[in-house]
Amino acid sequence: MKYQSQQVAKLYFIAAIGLFVGQILFGLIIGAQYIWGDFLFPQLPFNQARAVHTNLLIVWLIFGFMGAAYYLVPEEAETDLVMPWLARLMFWIFLAAGAATILGYIFLPYADLAKLTHNELWPTMGREFLEQPTITKLGIVVVALAFLANIGLTILKGRKTVINLVLMMGLTGLAVFFLFSFFNPTNLVWDKYYWWWVVHLWVEGVWELILGSILAFILIKTTGVDREVIEKWLYVIIAMTLITGIVGTGHHYYWIGTPEFWQWWGSIFSAMEPIPFFMMTVFAFNMVNKRRRNHPNKAAVLWALGTAVMAFLGAGVWGFLHTLAPVNYYTHGTQITAAHGHMAFYGAYVMINLAMISYAMPLLRGREAANSNRSQVWEMWGFWLMTISIVFITLFLTAAGILQVYLQRFSDNPMPFMEAQSKIVLFYDLRELTGLVFLIGLVVYIASFFVGAKEAEAKTDGEEVVTA
Amino acid sequence: MAQAFTKAMARNIFYGGTAFFFLLFLALTFQTHSVVPQRDNHQAISDLVAKGKQVWEEHDCIGCHTLLGEGAYFAPELGNVYKRFGNSTDAIKAFIASRPENGVPGRRSMPQFHLSDEELTAVAEFLKYVSGIKTSRNWPPTPQG
Repeated sequence: MKYQSQQVAKLYFIAAIGLFVGQILFGLIIGAQYIWGDFLFPQLPFNQARAVHTNLLIVWLIFGFMGAAYYLVPEEAETDLVMPWLARLMFWIFLAAGAATILGYIFLPYADLAKLTHNELWPTMGREFLEQPTITKLGIVVVALAFLANIGLTILKGRKTVINLVLMMGLTGLAVFFLFSFFNPTNLVWDKYYWWWVVHLWVEGVWELILGSILAFILIKTTGVDREVIEKWLYVIIAMTLITGIVGTGHHYYWIGTPEFWQWWGSIFSAMEPIPFFMMTVFAFNMVNKRRRNHPNKAAVLWALGTAVMAFLGAGVWGFLHTLAPVNYYTHGTQITAAHGHMAFYGAYVMINLAMISYAMPLLRGREAANSNRSQVWEMWGFWLMTISIVFITLFLTAAGILQVYLQRFSDNPMPFMEAQSKIVLFYDLRELTGLVFLIGLVVYIASFFVGAKEAEAKTDGEEVVTA
Repeated sequence: MAQAFTKAMARNIFYGGTAFFFLLFLALTFQTHSVVPQRDNHQAISDLVAKGKQVWEEHDCIGCHTLLGEGAYFAPELGNVYKRFGNSTDAIKAFIASRPENGVPGRRSMPQFHLSDEELTAVAEFLKYVSGIKTSRNWPPTPQG
């Protein structure tokens, strides 16, 4: 850590991990409701618990992105953050607004939350992932503007690097496309059409810019490879991301009342969406192979390589699995979608956040470069437990999805939804058990922050590695 | 990557490619706007349907159900529920109104939302309107959704 103001990142990282725990606990609750339909009913219906699970995910990832930005922007710009006080203030506002909203989901019937926050004045609630009351959405905009001003002015003041520029573009895009969440026409086709401008253009668009720039930053720091090389890769990757991903939005426009031509545009372009993810994998492994030094923070390198692989598998491969229109005709809105969602979010966005936290946290806590060996061993156990769990969760949901498609949509006598669900409950059992392993992995991961905290830092095997 | 391929070239591909494909996306959106009115059943949208959509949203129905395949996967698809229920808004209303307060032991159950008759009518009319949206290949594949 070179600049005092980078320290604000720590707050954001701690909050991110705390909310991550909440996300997983609620994941286990709704996973249980798939098995025992009356679990916690009627006190906590599935829809409210699911909103907690998904909204906590989104909020903690954004906390993580903000923390990453507050850490890496000053370091890249070679200057202190212009307004560290604003970053602290916004942290508490964002946390309070987020917590209040989540508590509202848990303790109030959703309709009461809508009434309490006067949804009727500007109805934006009740759409998937955008369940937040309108007032919360407005709060998010305020926080985002203050955040962008803070890092934007810091970038303007200091050294301009490609990483900062790409990160800034990604974060600006995040804020800009969020504005479509305020557009909610009665006409369902347009509601859905522009809803995807938030959801798709986030996760298959601008968020990938954030992912790419953070990954590039970590790789520069941990491998010592020349910045020019890394920046060139970064440009090529994000170019492919947006070239394929923007028109790739069309894979959501197959069955919602939009015209047939989207089946061609959507299929062709989204079939190419794995390309940038594959390039990211090649990039990460290439840079680590060409490293000029062995960084003592092995855990951070593991997370960086892990995100490159898992993003490709989850977003790339599992996305491709059901992206072609003739396939999607059968799989749309089934457990196949859920399978893809879990591995894609974990691989791309959870892991990049944990990679950044892994890299930055030791420095924020006063270490020279890395945690002790023992702490890193715990962290890597957390990595493997969580990562292997998500692989199996994805496989079980994929199996459930294939059966669901067959029973409900493909066989000669299509079964009603609930009957089909009762036939595939075995896979929900397996998913829930695997979810418990994930939770254990998360506990081990969190323990790694406390284990070996007083022991000496890990050392590198050799000072310099021979460069090829 | 080969030395002949410079960072400046990569940057230009990024900016040029993004601009080009975003404009293409806008053009396709524009084209969509001209075609959708023939299939979106907008003529069925009334004040009652608008009210119904608000009832739908304020009870977070999408948190369990899918609607045209989007939403949660915990409860049945509702884009075609009007047809599945024999083209009857009364059947939809009766179903929602009769959900047991404390659920069904061991099974998934829809909450009892205590909707007024007007709200029930509105949400049923909304679902009827949705069933009239012309989806490609008449998605969903079967009446079961």
